[in-house]
Amino acid sequence: MDKDVPRAHHDMGGVSRFMCDPVEPEPHTLTDFDRDVDALRQVLARKRMMTVDELRRGIESIPEEDYLRLSYYRRWIRSITDNLLRRGVVTEAELAAALKDAR
Amino acid sequence: MSAFAPGAAVRVRDDWPETRGPCHIRTPHYVRGMEGRVIRRLGVFANPEDLAFARPAAQRALYHVAFDQPSIWREGKVGDEIFVEIFEHWLEPA
Repeated sequence: MDKDVPRAHHDMGGVSRFMCDPVEPEPHTLTDFDRDVDALRQVLARKRMMTVDELRRGIESIPEEDYLRLSYYRRWIRSITDNLLRRGVVTEAELAAALKDAR
Repeated sequence: MSAFAPGAAVRVRDDWPETRGPCHIRTPHYVRGMEGRVIRRLGVFANPEDLAFARPAAQRALYHVAFDQPSIWREGKVGDEIFVEIFEHWLEPA
C-alpha cells in the first residue's frame, strides 16, 4: 500500500509499481554515448558551469512520461542541455545548428 | 536549529515543497513525518536545495538516520532498518 502523498515522480523509492522487477546489481555496460555524456558533465563541473545538484534538478524536472522512457544517460544529456540553455552557455539557435550539422 | 547526538530520536518534517513550486529535495517521500534514530553526523555540506538552482547555499549538517523498515515499506523482518542521509533542517526532536 503506497502512502497517499504528493511525491515527485522521480522520488520512487518503495513505490509498489516499481517493485515488480528484481534489482539488477551487476554494473551496466557503458556505451560510447554514455561515456561522452559523463565526460561532458565532468568538463562542465570543472569549468563551474553546472553543479551535480543542478544536473539532478534538471533530471527531476523531466516530465514523467519522458523520465520513465529515457535511459539513465539520456536523462543526463536532457538535463545538461536544459542547464546550458538556462545559463546562456549555448543558445537555442546554436543548439539547433549543431544538431543539424550532426545529422 | 539544534545539533543531534548519535542515538537521538528524531522526526522528519512532514513538509512537501513539491506542492509549492520548483524544488530539489534530497529527503525521500517515504520518511517524511516518520520517526528515526540518529546514527551519526556525516559532516557539513552546502545545502543542495539551493545549489540546484545556482543560488548561494548555506552550510548544513548532514546526518545518517536509521528507520524501522517494516513500518515504512511493509516488507522485511523485525529489526531491519533503512539508513537515509538527511539534512539537519529536515529533522526535529521526537
